[in-house]
Amino acid sequence: MSLSDFLQTAMSQWMKNGGPEDDIVLSSRIRVARNIHDTPFPTLQTDTHANYVIDQVTSAIATPEMQHLGTFELLRCVEMSPLDRQVLVEKHLISRDLAEGGKHGAVILRSDEVASILVNEEDHLRIQCIMPGLRLNEAWTLASQIDDAFEMTLAYAFHEQYGYLTACPTNVGTGIRASVMMHLPGLVLTGQISRMLAAISQVGLTVRGIYGEGSEALGNIFQVSNQMTLGETEEEIIGNLSSVVSQLIDHERNARRALAEENREALEDRVCRSFGILAYARRMDSKETLQRLSDVRLGIDMGIIKGVSAGILKELMVMTQPAFLQKYYRQELHPAERDIRRAALIRERLRMDDTEVR
Amino acid sequence: MCQRCNERPATVHFTKIVNGEQSGYHLCEQCAKEHGGFFAKAAQAFDFNQLLSGLLNMESSPGFSAPPATSLRCSSCGMSYSQFTEIGRLGCPKCYESFSVRLDPLLRRIQNGTAHSGKVPVRSGEQVKVRKNLDTLRKELQSAIASEQFERAAQLRDQIRDLEQRMNH
Ligand SMILES: [Zn+2]
Ligand SMILES: [Zn+2]
Repeated sequence: MSLSDFLQTAMSQWMKNGGPEDDIVLSSRIRVARNIHDTPFPTLQTDTHANYVIDQVTSAIATPEMQHLGTFELLRCVEMSPLDRQVLVEKHLISRDLAEGGKHGAVILRSDEVASILVNEEDHLRIQCIMPGLRLNEAWTLASQIDDAFEMTLAYAFHEQYGYLTACPTNVGTGIRASVMMHLPGLVLTGQISRMLAAISQVGLTVRGIYGEGSEALGNIFQVSNQMTLGETEEEIIGNLSSVVSQLIDHERNARRALAEENREALEDRVCRSFGILAYARRMDSKETLQRLSDVRLGIDMGIIKGVSAGILKELMVMTQPAFLQKYYRQELHPAERDIRRAALIRERLRMDDTEVR
Repeated sequence: MCQRCNERPATVHFTKIVNGEQSGYHLCEQCAKEHGGFFAKAAQAFDFNQLLSGLLNMESSPGFSAPPATSLRCSSCGMSYSQFTEIGRLGCPKCYESFSVRLDPLLRRIQNGTAHSGKVPVRSGEQVKVRKNLDTLRKELQSAIASEQFERAAQLRDQIRDLEQRMNH
């Protein structure tokens, strides 16, 4: 299979470019935790309880209300290979906990992979909607519709005072976790990022690197999420996050402008050097890959690199992960072999846009 | 060795002091990060140490007279409060009521208060309303009986019967 054919079938909606502010916002995700009334949380789940939950959701996705929202398929973790589960983790469709967890886990996927529902993870249900660009409201609308459709058949654990009850008190109430994945190379290169992150944690939000740790986020990719789930409405939580994200976007744009005005040569050198390495290197580890991809994406956004699609950052940051590489090359690869294949895959992807790449 | 996966060496050590009793918790970095349940959640959602010290302070704050964690137990799933502090996850939906005396102060620290103000499920929300109604009616019935207002009591009894029937449908 050619790489472009593989990309066609392997990419989730969110991995494609598009959506508001997509030069900085890679994706928006809403995750809603729900549990079934009078049933122990997965913490204390027996086989009977777990199967009861699976039976309940299986009949829930067969209802007309649910089918109205798309084509859903339930996959039990035990029926998937570890590699396939890992691919879903790398596509951000399921959590590592679900992939590596016990025998009771399952995932319900909508055919376009915009929505995935994690079953028997930490909670009975985690409804997740992930979209490209800054589209939190849209993602929440869809998650809420799926939630309503489930509720037609499921009786939720809901408490008048505490709201939706969850296994962990950090999720109780709305059960909502709204997250925005952002590419912030300007703030990192101008040394402003730690100050920003500190400020964000003061307003009830958290930031973490998607890859790597804390402020040393690999690829300059950060995920900003709400911290609290109880006491505010979903709309207030999303509104608060959105306004902080908008401010971050402004700061990032200002930082990029400053880089272009005050440090043009250094910036061009950095960006083009990284492009050269991606285009010619024969071995790439995942850490360097993310850093170089971030540089190249910045170069594309700032008009320094032309003729390469902006989508390569998202595509390749997922495609160059270990499970995806092995899926594409259809064989088990040791880390050293992966570095060689990763470099080859990157060159192949760049050739799709730029025939000069060898 | 890591207490969770029993595979990798434990490099992350937590110490908890509950009612003066010290207990250690040893995880590998990966488990601490990914599988620590509450701890992972907590670390993700806010600073881990902040939470633990929060828990700790609560146990020792003067004038706080909740029953000891060891004796608090959920009648529905059997989980004890100290088990909850060990694993960081509750056993069942009823745990929230069983542990409310201790959970409320915790929620006040880690959440934006203790009262939900967001979406309400259509069906279960209706049930909650009916249940609340029933509670009020039952109280009224008792006081009606106590004050020998038997006509009123009969009315209330019929209303309660109606609501109970609706609950079962
Ligand atoms: Zn471990
Ligand atoms: Zn319980």
